[in-house]
Amino acid sequence: MAEQSLRQWLLTDTPTSRRHAKLSALYHGWLSFRGNTMAMIGLCILLALVAVALFAPLLAPHDPFVQDLGNRLAPLGTDSHVLGTDSLGRDILSRLIYGSRITLYIVALVALIAPVAGLLVGTVSGYAGGWVDVVLMRITDIFLAFPRLVLALAFVAAMGAGIENAVLAISLTAWPPYARIARAETLTIRAADYISAIQLQGAGAMRIITRHIWPLCISSLIVRVTLDMAGIILAAAGLGFLGLGAQPPSPEWGAMISEGRRFILDHWWVATMPGLAIFTVSLAFNLLGDGLRDVLDPKGGE
Amino acid sequence: MSMLEIEKLNVWFGHGRDRVDAVKDASFTVARGESFGLVGESGSGKSTILRAISGLAPLWSGRMVVDGLALGKVRPKTFYKTVQMVFQDPYASLHPRHSVDQVLGETLQLHGFKDIDARVVKLLDDVGLGQKFRFRYPHQLSGGQRQRVAIARALAPQPALLLLDEPTSALDVSVQAEILNLLVDLRREHALTYVMVSHDLSVVGHMCERLAVMKGGEIVEVMGVDTLRRMEAKHPYSQSLLAASV
Repeated sequence: MAEQSLRQWLLTDTPTSRRHAKLSALYHGWLSFRGNTMAMIGLCILLALVAVALFAPLLAPHDPFVQDLGNRLAPLGTDSHVLGTDSLGRDILSRLIYGSRITLYIVALVALIAPVAGLLVGTVSGYAGGWVDVVLMRITDIFLAFPRLVLALAFVAAMGAGIENAVLAISLTAWPPYARIARAETLTIRAADYISAIQLQGAGAMRIITRHIWPLCISSLIVRVTLDMAGIILAAAGLGFLGLGAQPPSPEWGAMISEGRRFILDHWWVATMPGLAIFTVSLAFNLLGDGLRDVLDPKGGE
Repeated sequence: MSMLEIEKLNVWFGHGRDRVDAVKDASFTVARGESFGLVGESGSGKSTILRAISGLAPLWSGRMVVDGLALGKVRPKTFYKTVQMVFQDPYASLHPRHSVDQVLGETLQLHGFKDIDARVVKLLDDVGLGQKFRFRYPHQLSGGQRQRVAIARALAPQPALLLLDEPTSALDVSVQAEILNLLVDLRREHALTYVMVSHDLSVVGHMCERLAVMKGGEIVEVMGVDTLRRMEAKHPYSQSLLAASV
């Protein structure tokens, strides 16, 4: 009964306080998101990934760095090594579990840097117009003109290999599309009457951009980010595979594939298991992105 | 002293060969407390005059004086305490992600008011919306309710001059009457001056004391509402407009 009234409280058409209105809007979004089975599957996989990363020391059966050369390249289902061992006898399952931390770290950092930079550049460019727009968009064009991995490679080569530089390199190549999206959205929003209305209250450009334009751009950016996450994970794995991302013995998934490549014909699981992990997480992000697009797209529904 | 003086106002869009002259040599004055109508067909430049006064149409020449203050290209912040505008389409003039409370609260905050909570309550009462609408989002409101919120927002800084850009043309006929009556009441209570744009002569006849008829960016005739009622317009275009609206 209490739950029923909570539900009614959340679904009311007449919210009684600021908090109530916010919660009600959130709950409506959650309800429409929950109706999308595929998106829920994606969300569950990602929540599981976060849990695995959080509780890695508890979940991992072995130390991911301990080598056991006598038991190297053990096949799947070996005693106490469910996913086998790699070329140095390290437990692959434990390395995958600890590797989820690195994957999440990369994803979170890129997701913090690239869209925010893109949003800033795009909305300022779209709202200001004139020469500001021209300068910012030509810079964006220059970044867009470089092939993504090549630019990342050049940056990492210049700054030195390592996970932080890989993140920066990926962010450097990832922000221009966000800037373009944000600019296009801003151009459609800036002429709207509600922007004119707030201008007539004497609001400055900074307030209009951050309070009035950002909230409307962010939803399409979030969707784009979740859809790009798969690409970001793959780019990070690619850099790791080329030896320019995470350095050994770090259990980064791309680096693990790179190590397993040498034995791929005789000992396929060494490269396949991290590959499956990357595949699963990428897929989960894509499913989540599709679901979020349905919920957040301001043009759909209301 | 008159509330609004417009003298030889020209407004245009674009530069060089793309230049479109939307308003040509428009002149009129509106007395304090008066309600003045601008009528004409679509594209005659009547809304553009309002946008020029409010500062939303930056390319203009001529002289505009509001409450004794000549307007320059950049409007001082105090200008927006004197002049406010209500837009035509209530479905486009409210931010889709901001609740009524946020819209009014931010407006009050921008104008430097301190007792925001009390004022939001007062504004909602003034425009005939109960407190139960305070935390709703625009999609939870009807067109008439949205326009009431927009009017409340325009009233928030306690302006003297309200520019009304076809405030009822996007609404149902029954709701139109409600909003028009609300505007009549508000003018009496707050001693407001109205400049109202409309293509509906009966609305202008109900709301205004004087009106200007516009055609192709020019004001062809300024007349009193009595003249309108007696169908005594002088200019042939005004006559045809009157004849068409009967």
